[in-house]
Amino acid sequence: MKTIQFREAVCEAMSEEMRRDEAIYLMGEEVAEYNGAYKASKGMLDEFGADRVIDTPISELGFAGIAIGSAMNGNRPIVEYMTFNFSLVGIDQIINNAAKIRQMSGGQFNCPIVFRGPTASAGQLGATHSQAFESWFANTPGLKVIVPSNPADAKGLLKSAIRDDDPVIFMESEQMYGDKGEVPEGEYLIPIGVADIKREGTDVTIVSFGKIIKEAYTAADELEKEGISCEIIDLRTVRPLDIDAVIASVKKTNRLIILEEAWPFGNVSTEITYQVQEKAFDYLDAPIVKINTADTPAPYSPVLLKEWIPNSNDVVKAVKKVLYR
Amino acid sequence: MKEITKEVYLNWYEEMSFWRKFEDKLAQVYIQQKVRGFLHLYNGQEAILAGALHAMDLTKDKMITAYRNHVQPIGMGEDPKRVMAELYGKKTGTSMGLGGSMHIFSKEHRFYGGHGIVGGQIPLGAGLAFGDKYFKRDAVTLTFFGDGAARQGSLHETFNMAMNWKLPVVFCVENNGYAMGTSVKRTANHEDIWKLGLGYEMPCGPVDAMNPVAVAEAFDEAIARARRGDGPTFLELKTYRYRGHSMSDAQKYRTKDEVAEYQKIDPITQVKDILLEKKFATEEELKEIDKRVKKRVAECEKFADESDFPDKEIMYDVVYEQEDYPFLAHKPE
Ligand SMILES: Cc1ncc(C[n+]2csc(CCOP(=O)(O)OP(=O)(O)O)c2C)c(N)n1
Ligand SMILES: [Mg+2]
Repeated sequence: MKTIQFREAVCEAMSEEMRRDEAIYLMGEEVAEYNGAYKASKGMLDEFGADRVIDTPISELGFAGIAIGSAMNGNRPIVEYMTFNFSLVGIDQIINNAAKIRQMSGGQFNCPIVFRGPTASAGQLGATHSQAFESWFANTPGLKVIVPSNPADAKGLLKSAIRDDDPVIFMESEQMYGDKGEVPEGEYLIPIGVADIKREGTDVTIVSFGKIIKEAYTAADELEKEGISCEIIDLRTVRPLDIDAVIASVKKTNRLIILEEAWPFGNVSTEITYQVQEKAFDYLDAPIVKINTADTPAPYSPVLLKEWIPNSNDVVKAVKKVLYR
Repeated sequence: MKEITKEVYLNWYEEMSFWRKFEDKLAQVYIQQKVRGFLHLYNGQEAILAGALHAMDLTKDKMITAYRNHVQPIGMGEDPKRVMAELYGKKTGTSMGLGGSMHIFSKEHRFYGGHGIVGGQIPLGAGLAFGDKYFKRDAVTLTFFGDGAARQGSLHETFNMAMNWKLPVVFCVENNGYAMGTSVKRTANHEDIWKLGLGYEMPCGPVDAMNPVAVAEAFDEAIARARRGDGPTFLELKTYRYRGHSMSDAQKYRTKDEVAEYQKIDPITQVKDILLEKKFATEEELKEIDKRVKKRVAECEKFADESDFPDKEIMYDVVYEQEDYPFLAHKPE
């Protein structure tokens, strides 16, 4: 094992795959000469040259479409959005073309492309720069959606995403790029669509994904002192959803909390809640509790932002609620 | 054009100095973590605002811009204390602490934001002009955006409609040489952004935007055209930003010499030289102005420091006009 930063894990995954396969290129704003807005492509221009590590103008719609077109013609592009907030400028190409080309052409074309970049909030950036669109993308048939929470998962999953023959949305976080974690030496892949039990426990299941899962770890540490044992499941992939992993855990603990940094209406937690009540209703000893961001655009002020975003205290409260303590 | 008198030069000197020092103060309190998030400063670009304000009719004309937006509302008449308080996230701020650095608005002073999505405000600016034309208000909207934003599709769609419908709008690209770390050169096959107007047969041209007089003249003509009903103009304001893009920018994409070259033609220095040359003011008088500027900035800081943070309820109260909107709960009680 070696210890690297999240941004290095992303960089290693892209670089290793680009060494393997000439058809892959990286495209996006500031990815080449600036080494990435968050330095996730550091050194890649030097290694692969300007034909394969390509700076774009601020034209999210255009470069998304160009990348998709090239994917229909033999390339395997990695498109970086500086953040997924800006993917909205190009979302027409993702939803109407990348996700549908295969189906509409009766399987003649496929679209092996990865759209990656940071998602969700990253401090006091205000309403337009703090959004989590996992559930928007996950709602769309034709796409796969991956949201890792640590360097090892990021590397293994990004490599799988790049090798995948369908379009994949791969979501990171500005606030995770500096996170350090152990990563296996040498090559490894992590399969898309498989959740990971990050902590085993017996009293309650906490399902989460992405950077917000860290709040669940903190809560679990605290609850352990009170003798409460939490099982933490990291979905890692949101679409396809590893509902079997969630159900298996719920059958063991009989209580479920879902922690997701997203607006509460119709999000990933809502889907999990539906599927669990459908498939494991009789195993539940308490109503499922979901913890999300407030039902408002993200506020700027630090006091409001604190209220808006979920934290470990909210998780502790939720756990006690489902345990009727 | 309104004459550029001694008073105008004196006002330009004081206001441009104030904007400069206001931004310097923000950089300082950012390091103290009183202001967080992104912080995009206007240092170097002040001649654009000074020249534009001179040409505008401030009783009815409008302005909209991107996230480099702290001093424009002040120029339009907003209280700078409230702008600073917004950056502190305080309830006395222009958006009561909800908007933050990139989202300053002042309806009272016809400043329409403060927009964080690159290029997003370009159609909005044309839309403001659409409203003015529709209601025959005889007002003109100045729509600002960066050289980077000129590469967004929103610009092209908007230019076409604004020209076709002869909307009373002036499109103003503030070409400060860079979009983050990307030079204008690297974003297109040409460097003269103003030429984008040609394809739409929109009157267009470059402006020396380090000089407020040149800016005022260009805006005067463009605003008059819009007010006559002859439609939009596209101005390329050639300027420069002295500071990094935001606060964490190592600026490896340019040299210190390049920055120094532009500082030689600094807009404040240019105005200062004219004031002294024409004997409109003495060194001592200008020092008095500098002192006043310092004091005004200190008052803003004090106001922002001493203001309270907003109450939690405001987070919900401002989302909808509807007063009893049924928000979903997002965490356990
Ligand atoms: C749609 C969109 N894409 C990317 C960004 C990230 N971003 C913020 S500012 C910026 C550079 C813009 O440069 P320019 O338009 O020249 O304005 P300047 O900062 O020089 O004033 C970028 C890429 C964004 N905010 N919105
Ligand atoms: Mg620029």
